[in-house]
Amino acid sequence: MTQVVLFNIFNGLIVGAFYALMALGLSLILNLSGVINFAHGGFLAIGGYLAYMLLPYIGFWGALVVSPLLTAVLGLIVERLLIRRVYGRDPLYSLLLTFGLAFIFEDGTRFIWGAQSLPFQVPSWLVTPLSPDYFFLTGYRLFMVLVVAVAVIGLFLILGRTRLGMRIRAGTLDLETVSVLGVNVRILRNLNFGLGVYLAGLAGVLAVGQLGLQPTIGSSLIMPSFVAIIVGGLGSLPGTLLGGLLIGVASGVTTVFFPSATEAVMYVMMAAVLLVRPRGLLGEEGRF
Amino acid sequence: MNGLDVNKQAANVVVWLLLLAMPYWLPAVGGYIELGSRVIVLGLAAMALNFLLGYTGVLSFGHAAYFGLGAYGVGMMIRYVAPSTGLGILVGTLTGTIAAAIIGPMIIRLRGVYFAMVTIAFGQVFYFIAFRWNSVTGGDDGLTGWTRKALHLGFATVDIQSNPNAFYYLVLVLFALALGVMAWLLRSPFGRTLIAIRENERRARFLGIPVDQHIWLSWVISCGLVSLAGTLYALLNNFVDPRALYWTQSGDFVIMAVLGGMRSFWGPLIGAAIYVVLQDYLSSQTANWMSFIGLFFVLVVLFFPRGVLGFIRRKVTS
Repeated sequence: MTQVVLFNIFNGLIVGAFYALMALGLSLILNLSGVINFAHGGFLAIGGYLAYMLLPYIGFWGALVVSPLLTAVLGLIVERLLIRRVYGRDPLYSLLLTFGLAFIFEDGTRFIWGAQSLPFQVPSWLVTPLSPDYFFLTGYRLFMVLVVAVAVIGLFLILGRTRLGMRIRAGTLDLETVSVLGVNVRILRNLNFGLGVYLAGLAGVLAVGQLGLQPTIGSSLIMPSFVAIIVGGLGSLPGTLLGGLLIGVASGVTTVFFPSATEAVMYVMMAAVLLVRPRGLLGEEGRF
Repeated sequence: MNGLDVNKQAANVVVWLLLLAMPYWLPAVGGYIELGSRVIVLGLAAMALNFLLGYTGVLSFGHAAYFGLGAYGVGMMIRYVAPSTGLGILVGTLTGTIAAAIIGPMIIRLRGVYFAMVTIAFGQVFYFIAFRWNSVTGGDDGLTGWTRKALHLGFATVDIQSNPNAFYYLVLVLFALALGVMAWLLRSPFGRTLIAIRENERRARFLGIPVDQHIWLSWVISCGLVSLAGTLYALLNNFVDPRALYWTQSGDFVIMAVLGGMRSFWGPLIGAAIYVVLQDYLSSQTANWMSFIGLFFVLVVLFFPRGVLGFIRRKVTS
């Protein structure tokens, strides 16, 4: 029993790490530009499919590096051509625009790569269990947690230590002042969007190694990411990270005792948080 | 009465005549009456959403949940409890309304995109319940094994079960009732207050208007009417499946409202008509209709944000 519980906690942690990675990207874009990017799941799927295409040529490690970057470039282009046009308009329009994009991405990946699940080979030495007692502790799973940890630390370093990161944080608080101080806000929002999409692409590469590759992978991961943001606290990136891990573990544990409520439990958590602490776990008071 | 009012009255008369005569002219232009019923039902849903979206200025992206609750309510009532269409509609509508009333207090303090995000996330709970609770809801395959029943009015029996035209008129009567309620509410002081909140919430608050309560009530009314539309949708198809609750369905309602024109009463119905016909046509023409629908969303946002009626009104006034 302990083993089963441990297994599911660990599983939940991994799934939660995906949610967190997705949700961090969504949060970045939401905080600076006020846009909920429904197409985020689509970017995740594209990251996965690009990795699948690149795998025979540059191997797993090459794909892990290159695919998220290519996804980010696609994000920069999409922001430049489409998303930029709805900044400053009623938030309704950005929702509808990214909603339409999500449809196009999902159907487009289905059109190009087919609806059936595609196999994705990770290096064999990563797949073998590390210990016979804890069969679920494969190298790949540990590796995923490691990559997510590195990505999150990297993100917080970028935000905390670099000029770009400082501008993003400042822009989140008061974009107008940042603009008056001579920062090109258009480029700032563009890069910020690309950074968010990069995280989605990275989550995509990791997710397909774990969950398999199908066009609906994006739309199945995006709702939990919303919940992660709401639970963690709107406007707080550490909150988003915490929220993602929490709901991942919660649904992992629920799988053991009440499997049919696996998905529902995170929404129950969200309701509880909204009732007890409407701003979310780490959200700032009075911001929203 | 000035010229614009006369025009408005004339437009109302024309719309109602067209709707009343639909079973007679629709087949002549290549449609079928179920398509007409679908337009009315989804139009009602879009108009009910617009009560909140266009008139109160609150951005809900989760209305599919209440639409689906109404649909499952009527289906389960007929399947498990009592084979009565009228009772089913009543129970389905109440189910959605009560759920909205309970969820309301948790979300009314949020605004803008955050309201949208929380409503859409809440909607997913019901989706997963319908999806997972196989033994009762039929899970992914949907709730089958029931049909709408003939309507007993005491003095007469209306065969809506096998006569699609009769069912169309039932839908139209309920549609008219719901529209009457909405139009009456929007003309009342309550409706004017909602518009004041939309235009300037802070000012409304300083005037002593209990803004949160007003938004809550508007939310409950809107969701209640959407669940009524949901019950009719289930009866139309004699079937419900979890997709009626899925978040993409909410997006469909919003695009209908925007496409027709959020600032006008009839706009969402026109949006629903265009959207339903387009979807019907595309899905018969290509397997990739989802891409075209997505493209359609993008094009509407970029080039047609005021919708059909907003566009016409602008042309007329300029």
